[in-house]
Amino acid sequence: MYALNTVDKHFPGVHALKAVDFHVGRGEIVGLVGENGAGKSTLMKIIYGAYQPDGGSITIDGTTMRFQNPRQAMNHGIGMVFQEQSLITNLTVMENIFLGYEQQFVKFGIVDWRAMAKAARHQLAKVKLDVDPATVTSQLSFAQRQLVELAKVLTLEERIDGDLVILLDEPTSVLAKEEVELLFQLVRDLAKRASFIFVSHRIDEVLELSDRIYVMKDGAVVDVVVSDEADVDDIQHKMVGREIDKEYYREQKQAPYAAGEALIRFDNVSVDSRYRDISFDLHRGEVLCLVGTEGSGREAILRTIFGLETPTSGAVTIKGEQVTRFAASAGVARGVGYVPRERKVEGIVNGMNVYENMTLSQLDKYSDLGVLRVGDEKEMAKVWVDKLAIKTPDIRKDCGGLSGGNQQKVVLAKWRSGGSDVILLDHPTRGLDIGAKEDVYEMVREMNAAGVGIILVADTLEEAIGLSHTIIVIKDGEFQKRFDGTPGAKPSLYDLVHHMI
Amino acid sequence: MTDMSAQTEALGSLLTRDRIARWAPLLVLVALVLLFPFFEFLADLLAGKEHVYLLDSRFFSIRNGARIGIAATPALMVAVGATFIIIMGSIDLSMEGTVSVCAVLFAFAFLGWGGTLASWAWLAIPLALVVGALLGFVNGMIHVRLKIPSFMASLAMGFVGTGLALLLTGGDRLRVEDELFRSLLTVRWLNFPIMCYVALAFLLLAWFIQSHTALGRNFYAVGGGEQLAQSSGLNVARVRVMGFTLAGIFFAVGALLAVGRIGIAETATGNNFMFVSITAVVVGGTALWGGIGGVWNTLVGVLIVNVINNGMVVIGLPSYVQDGVLGALVILAVALSTNRKSVTFVK
Repeated sequence: MYALNTVDKHFPGVHALKAVDFHVGRGEIVGLVGENGAGKSTLMKIIYGAYQPDGGSITIDGTTMRFQNPRQAMNHGIGMVFQEQSLITNLTVMENIFLGYEQQFVKFGIVDWRAMAKAARHQLAKVKLDVDPATVTSQLSFAQRQLVELAKVLTLEERIDGDLVILLDEPTSVLAKEEVELLFQLVRDLAKRASFIFVSHRIDEVLELSDRIYVMKDGAVVDVVVSDEADVDDIQHKMVGREIDKEYYREQKQAPYAAGEALIRFDNVSVDSRYRDISFDLHRGEVLCLVGTEGSGREAILRTIFGLETPTSGAVTIKGEQVTRFAASAGVARGVGYVPRERKVEGIVNGMNVYENMTLSQLDKYSDLGVLRVGDEKEMAKVWVDKLAIKTPDIRKDCGGLSGGNQQKVVLAKWRSGGSDVILLDHPTRGLDIGAKEDVYEMVREMNAAGVGIILVADTLEEAIGLSHTIIVIKDGEFQKRFDGTPGAKPSLYDLVHHMI
Repeated sequence: MTDMSAQTEALGSLLTRDRIARWAPLLVLVALVLLFPFFEFLADLLAGKEHVYLLDSRFFSIRNGARIGIAATPALMVAVGATFIIIMGSIDLSMEGTVSVCAVLFAFAFLGWGGTLASWAWLAIPLALVVGALLGFVNGMIHVRLKIPSFMASLAMGFVGTGLALLLTGGDRLRVEDELFRSLLTVRWLNFPIMCYVALAFLLLAWFIQSHTALGRNFYAVGGGEQLAQSSGLNVARVRVMGFTLAGIFFAVGALLAVGRIGIAETATGNNFMFVSITAVVVGGTALWGGIGGVWNTLVGVLIVNVINNGMVVIGLPSYVQDGVLGALVILAVALSTNRKSVTFVK
């Protein structure tokens, strides 16, 4: 019924989807799995109309379609239930269900609330949710809101003639076990009315619910399995199975770390609702990688080390001193540097030039009684521009105009020039092209050689394995397993995935 | 063919949006300075009088330049104070109250401690600056500690200030007639009164703070990316409070010059400063969302506003037209400096 035929999608420097074939039959529940970055979300966005494919075609019952935006896709029966819920919490349930489609209840410019409530009750009955449509959405539980979201999508049934295809993006990620069961029951019932595409990284759930499963890797569909004939292990292998290039990650330059005193010691540290009882040591010259799915607590651990989160229990020791005051400024003073994932938001200041960005974290060092020594700043910036081969015409150039890789180098120069010897890297290669990625890997090894300890949250599992001395796997905020990453004895992708999900 | 496209490309890169936005205020100022004499020229020509363009202009004369300077200096100081806040991406609307309180307290102290600069009464000047700093500090603390949006916190503080000034004076005017103090206006060097040079000195100080101190750099960092400033280890709350304190000091300088100009301190001393100073900052090209602009932009902005006011008087337009024109100018300036592609929602 609904089909994507050899669909291609390019982004600058990335071939995000490679000739993807995908089809959904009437009343079918189709699963979609893949690692982060495998292309799942790009594919979803093409299906619900947020992106347009560069090549290939979309057909519904054999007719070729081209959707300019999600609303056009909706008018052809394609609905999306978002992972980040898209309900507006200060509106009532019925207002949310008919958001953007209130016109049908308007007479002479006045909304007929009673008619809307009646129609909303009808939709809510479809998802077996018994709440007053006039309830303000913020009063509902998370699971209830998920159902409202589904009811909202199901309004398509009345609105359009053709068949429905409904995308469920990670619908179970925050639900309790019983709630998941209820949701699955409901989806199975609704399959009479609509087809579903179920996207999740919980492979067991995908297996349980779906009829067929598409497995994606590196922007391509590597296999389509019938769920009766597949098992979890099998699918995991297909998701990750690929060769790792040792050169690429500079494995030959990976030297053993210094065994002496730990730079950072976590002793049963917990942050309420983020992670619990995490312990590890980071040494000089070590790359320690935190591996887990999105929301598993990796980022929260980085933020704790930097001082942006305060532990609720346990002890954090940095260079032999137990940390008592958790603040970013204190973290910087202890020599911790943080390279955040969102470069534009937290990495570099747009509108400030290269040297201003580099000295931002260390203005005290470059000023006397608050008066800046701009000459010294420029001197330092020139040294680091040469050292890291930052491609900029001038150190007065606005950082916003540099390429992603060079921006990343400026951020690293900021911390390294300030003498930071603990560097926290959060997805340091996200959005960089291959050359720039290799530059970052090279810098990681150089920093190690200079005695810097690095905690890494990697963009891909290969990157995690290739770069690190130590890997700690975390799932739902809890420690799962520690792997040793000495070259030659590195864990396989499969070992990690097995403990992650 | 290829040459053509290369040429247009070069022109395109020369006339980028950034560049236009950067130099537009100055061009507007120059255009205005040439426009008003033209109107005079036309009027005289129609009346059959002999008139040499620019040479015979009442607008384009040193005497009128000094008049504009006198009118502009207090507003310039207030606008410079507001500039720092706007660079941080906040806004300060407390200037009217702060200026009134500073002016009134200065006058009380000045008159009470001897009434002439030659006595201990000069201490009233630092006192006014301290009062301005204190009001700004309170303003900043309310904004940062209670997490009240800066426009609301400062607007409320402004009302408190105006009320306080009225309470202190009981509605009376305080006359500051000391000749030494009034020499701010009466003594002229090169045709311009001393107050213009005082303002110039403070403008240079503001420029120094903006470009050569850690605090100034921090203002830009907070305005350019608050999260980033925090994750670079800056104490953003402290930077904000210091910004408001600094703005308070400049408001106080504005109050002193305002008293020096007319020799009277009263509740109404602060009137009109809010509209004029915010208009000036924005028209000068400092972006309302922070991170871009500076005190030189503000100087241009203040001159634009005052040139329009003065020029309209010279060519004989009523004052209510002036307010309308300034309002339209603000909308135009903000519309020009906003990159609508990058802004999806505006609240």
